[in-house]
Amino acid sequence: MRYAYYPGCSLTESAREYDVSTRAVMQRLGAELVEIPDWTCCGASAAEPVSKLMNYALPARNLAIVEKEMDGIDVLVPCAACYLNLLKVNREVVGDRHLHGQLNEVLAASGLSYRGDVRVRHLIDVLKNDVGAKIVEQKVTDGLQGMKLAPYYGCQILRPYPVFDEPGKPVSMEPFIKAMGGEVFDWSMRNRCCGASLMVGHPEVAVKSVAAILADAEGADAIVTVCPLCQMNLEAYQGRAVREGGKFVPVLYLTQLLGLALGLDQESMQLDKNLTLTPAARRDIAARAWAEPVPESETETAGAKG
Amino acid sequence: MSGAVRKTWSPASEEYQAILGGLRETVGACMQCGTCTASCPNWHAMDVTPRAMWRMIQFGMLDEILASRTFWMCSACYMCTLRCPRGLKLTSAMAALKRLARVDGNAEARRSGAFYEAFMDDVEAHGRVQETGIMQRYFLKRKNPALPLSFLPLGVKMLRKGKIHLPSKGQGGVLMPMFAKAREMEGWT
Repeated sequence: MRYAYYPGCSLTESAREYDVSTRAVMQRLGAELVEIPDWTCCGASAAEPVSKLMNYALPARNLAIVEKEMDGIDVLVPCAACYLNLLKVNREVVGDRHLHGQLNEVLAASGLSYRGDVRVRHLIDVLKNDVGAKIVEQKVTDGLQGMKLAPYYGCQILRPYPVFDEPGKPVSMEPFIKAMGGEVFDWSMRNRCCGASLMVGHPEVAVKSVAAILADAEGADAIVTVCPLCQMNLEAYQGRAVREGGKFVPVLYLTQLLGLALGLDQESMQLDKNLTLTPAARRDIAARAWAEPVPESETETAGAKG
Repeated sequence: MSGAVRKTWSPASEEYQAILGGLRETVGACMQCGTCTASCPNWHAMDVTPRAMWRMIQFGMLDEILASRTFWMCSACYMCTLRCPRGLKLTSAMAALKRLARVDGNAEARRSGAFYEAFMDDVEAHGRVQETGIMQRYFLKRKNPALPLSFLPLGVKMLRKGKIHLPSKGQGGVLMPMFAKAREMEGWT
């Protein structure tokens, strides 16, 4: 299993723990990730409101590099927005001769062109279809001992193009939660929008969504995410959301939990980076979910840091 | 809206017409069932429902469209696109409406479009987006001195968690030729 790895900008900035844990977990599972050389931003949800062509050209540049320099192997993307933008090129441009021509005209300004032969895969797609929950289960060394986990899928890995899951009632994370020894927390907000970039310009609107999601997660030990923006919105605005009816719930990346279950430690999964994992929350989770409680000195260092 | 009111049949400039024409094509088959409105998580913040917005596009009610804040409330969750019984690309239509409003450049477009522009400016300058860079550009565009203060608590929290990184040169201007080409082809600024 060899993949062209597209981390995306968030994973080099505020979501470094997602990048680090994804690389470590995929290595444990026997997959080789090769970072796309000189990759650039996909445009996220900001390109389409500014320019239709750049909305396709920004992600396509990365696919063109994979096609040209990496034999067109599958691209693995952990971020939901990056995933959809890259996928859109294949779904909306390839096959539309006029648009495809325009796209290549823009790419030609950088000496590139894209035929349309590169497959775009989200992390869950690769975990589900190339690795499999059985393999994960066999490799688990520190089971999560019934930790109640609420899988949160968000939007853009499910919609508008259903590839590896049911967009109305997604379930693709559940076999992995069970494989880790966790318990799936059944809730209805798993595919509800977190407000995305609306949180910057119109926080009063987005906080309502976050509050509704957090309220529904009441009773779960943690929410599990696979998108850096979902993670940020659900974590960073909990104070405000709680005032609007939400509940405090720790939020973790799927790969962080997978890493812990596969025997990697809290430091290498960078649990101290999560905004909702206060030392108290970490002790609470550790006591309930992991066989070995965190040594006292360790939690104190984390406390000093955050 | 003050000043001249353009009726539905009045001619709009070419720039508007190009985007409006595309929009009419996208939502032309809308049968007004309202599934989009019922599916929207942000409907409560909209002044015109998505269903009504598609009708206004079909009728070419440019002034009424531009006076609305509806499309700025779209967070691109694609629920309406998924559920539309006619299979229309409604989320793309919302993005096209944002582009239309940027051509117009009214106050709401300057306010709500500021983040997207700050983001794209940063991409053009560095190849990859840098969060501190975007926020600086965003604050400058919004010209509201109280705004950075509202982000201060979050900034402090992120700083303490080691989540804030100083701006760097990044990948440099590697994307500049592509931006220049797209501008030339589409005529935006």
